[in-house]
Amino acid sequence: MSLKIIVLAKQVPDTRNVGKDAMKADGTVNRAALPAIFNPEDLNALEQALQLKDEHPGSTVTLLTMGPARAAEIIREGLYRGADGGYLLTDRAFAGADTLATSYAISMAIRKIKDYDLIICGRQAIDGDTAQVGPQVAEKLGLSQITYAENILQVKDGKITVKRRLERGVETVEGKLPIVITVNGSAADCRPRNAKYIQQYKHAKTVTEKQEATVDYTELFSNRPYLNLTEWSVADVQADVEQCGLSGSPTKVKKIENVIFQAKESKTFEPTDHNIDELMKELILNHTIG
Amino acid sequence: MANYFLDTPGFKHHLHHPLMKRIVELKERNYADKDEFDYAPYDFEDAMDSYEKVLEIVGEICDEIIAPNAEGVDQEGPKVKDGRVSYASGTQQNLDTVRKAGLMGISMPRRYGGLNFPITPYIMAADMVSRADAGFENLWGLQDCAETLYEFGNEDQRKRYIPRVCGGETMSMDLTEPDAGSDLQSVMLKATYSEKDDCWYLNGVKRFITNGDSDIHLVLARSEEGTRDGRGLSMFIYDKRNGGVNVRRIENKMGIKGSPTCELVYKNAKAELCGERKLGLIKYVMALMNGARLGIMAQAVGLCEAAYREGYAYALERKQFGKAIIEFPAVYEMVALMRAKTDASRTMLYETSRFVDVYKALEDISRDRKLEPEERQEMKKYSKLADAFTPLGKGMTTEYANQNAYDAIQIHGGSGFMKDYACERLYRDARITNIYEGTTQLQVVAAIRHVTTGTYLTQIREYEALDYKPELEPLRQKLIEMTSRYDEIVGLVMDPKDSEYLDFHARRLVETAGHCIMGYLLLQDANKDEVNFRRSAEVYITYGQAEVNKHYSYITTFDPKDIGYFKHS
Repeated sequence: MSLKIIVLAKQVPDTRNVGKDAMKADGTVNRAALPAIFNPEDLNALEQALQLKDEHPGSTVTLLTMGPARAAEIIREGLYRGADGGYLLTDRAFAGADTLATSYAISMAIRKIKDYDLIICGRQAIDGDTAQVGPQVAEKLGLSQITYAENILQVKDGKITVKRRLERGVETVEGKLPIVITVNGSAADCRPRNAKYIQQYKHAKTVTEKQEATVDYTELFSNRPYLNLTEWSVADVQADVEQCGLSGSPTKVKKIENVIFQAKESKTFEPTDHNIDELMKELILNHTIG
Repeated sequence: MANYFLDTPGFKHHLHHPLMKRIVELKERNYADKDEFDYAPYDFEDAMDSYEKVLEIVGEICDEIIAPNAEGVDQEGPKVKDGRVSYASGTQQNLDTVRKAGLMGISMPRRYGGLNFPITPYIMAADMVSRADAGFENLWGLQDCAETLYEFGNEDQRKRYIPRVCGGETMSMDLTEPDAGSDLQSVMLKATYSEKDDCWYLNGVKRFITNGDSDIHLVLARSEEGTRDGRGLSMFIYDKRNGGVNVRRIENKMGIKGSPTCELVYKNAKAELCGERKLGLIKYVMALMNGARLGIMAQAVGLCEAAYREGYAYALERKQFGKAIIEFPAVYEMVALMRAKTDASRTMLYETSRFVDVYKALEDISRDRKLEPEERQEMKKYSKLADAFTPLGKGMTTEYANQNAYDAIQIHGGSGFMKDYACERLYRDARITNIYEGTTQLQVVAAIRHVTTGTYLTQIREYEALDYKPELEPLRQKLIEMTSRYDEIVGLVMDPKDSEYLDFHARRLVETAGHCIMGYLLLQDANKDEVNFRRSAEVYITYGQAEVNKHYSYITTFDPKDIGYFKHS
């Protein structure tokens, strides 16, 4: 059977490659200083989806992401690896969303997509580490969910068999389609970008990006309709503005504290930029951070 | 995370050479493919952007997959069982990854499933793969054989085999035998035509075959019974699906251990003729070898880069006598020279690959239509330059790869002698590059005629006449002096019209030409990009001039009668 798969993906700041500008003076993340990347576990999720597409000819993989205009890059990254299309939820009214508002917006977009068998996403994003969005989307759509998936073993007769990676072992469970699956980082790495796909899809753009582009490829976009990426606003997915973004987010940050580790060994440095840079490199290298 | 394409400024610099415009124009033929293939470029800028994007994929895979696997592959190596080869697990992962990334058949036309890239960006990929793991470059680089199959096979063979290569099947070129190494004219593997089955059967033994258990083999075999020389040899395609070839053993090598080097036994192996009978060695294998030599040059450049980086990083990190060892002149000179030799090798590599690109693209056009007279002239010019630059470049760069690997260990001191550091693997891997696909001594044999006929000198004079910034004038003056000494010793050696005397000094003359050419190429690089190439230009030309003076001194003070002392009695 061919499957219609939606992959939820998020563009996140690369917290694994932090430099000295990573945090602002007020203790919030300085997103401008960090490269924006495809959330690592969402790539694991994409790979699970692409493997299903390989095994079930005729299947489609569609990405759904929410973020600013530049998050269209996430859809292109998916296309470069073998996905078929994608939607970008973008609207000022979505900004500042916590997990509740995010899952609301995403579930509204999925309702608009309507026709699907599977929704696959990463377990959690590296910028928030909540692992809540996947399960909340399932709840809002009234679907069952399998979390911590490491490998989708098979899809057959409307059922899916999944190996889960838990704290003290593995568990194999079965669920009924349609279903939401959240995938662990221990799952197979995502395949590389493909040389043909990257040439085929590199010009794919949203309406906003086309307006900002310097080179005019009008002819290209009419000849190759798949290069037009869809953007959806709050109104497009018929969402209630009050439940979106900051106004729909009950989570309020009260205070941010810097956690100080109790160190057994200590090192003393002169407080120069160079020394701090060197220390950061060392800590990344020995995996203390990142 | 590093990206091998983005962390080395030489790639974009050489990719954006002015000649690329002509190359892409010839290769894309008015960008006609765009109506048929949705991954074909719209225009020149679009094509260049595609090359960069694909090379970024290669750069990422090199850093994240191939390089981290290299040490394990070197230790584990391939195995042979029941006549079949299994790769080391890391090699298998590398192959799976490059297949999924669509990096096979890069230079093949789109109608057979390829990317239709010019040779230059393809060679850049080879350069990066080799820096990550030179042994893996051998397996991946054997996609070159598809080029030969495309050039000399018929349309039916192209349609049957090339899409398989683009889809990820591997190839091998089965040339050498126990008694036919450098001397391929002595190949004895027997090809017999069967009227009944309307096909050829191969019988005999091949030895030292890289990736000998590949899916599709190009085989050099004796089709003309009773002959003993190269004119009795033809080229065949053997498809592993048909069976008949087994791997008897794999060699236990010093380096490039991940790449299986096989001894093959052909027992009534069904094969088909590729091209015309009797042209196997004299035409097809020569073409195949020229392509392969460019690949080995890329392998050498990748190794140069890897060795330089290992040596440089260690020199910064290692502290002795209270400071980093790179602070000592003896060490920083080594590091600077390694960088200069790497840049010199790379500029030579891409100058050569562009020459090959122009003439091959024109040659391909000539398969579909008659070339205009000026196009024929152009093809002739670049074909000759490619013919001159390939052996010179292969000879020089593979020697530099060895020198850099040697120096990388030297910088590491005692630690470099241990298996704990990558430099010892690089040293072993580099050692084959100046041997296979023709030893340096044989590259000299191929290059010397371009010394005597003046191909190199004409090209050097063209470089000399280019415009350079005033601050580079002192370097240009040095190169003019080097060239004048080159011209003088060529005359001196040719004057007695004694072929043995010429052969005796041939390597010195070829190397001198090499220093002049590579010096001028670096001067052009520095002229365009001061920041990234000025230092290497200065260091290399200083070094090259001293080398030229050494050869000049040797030749001008040498008494021809003294050859006798060198001869084996």
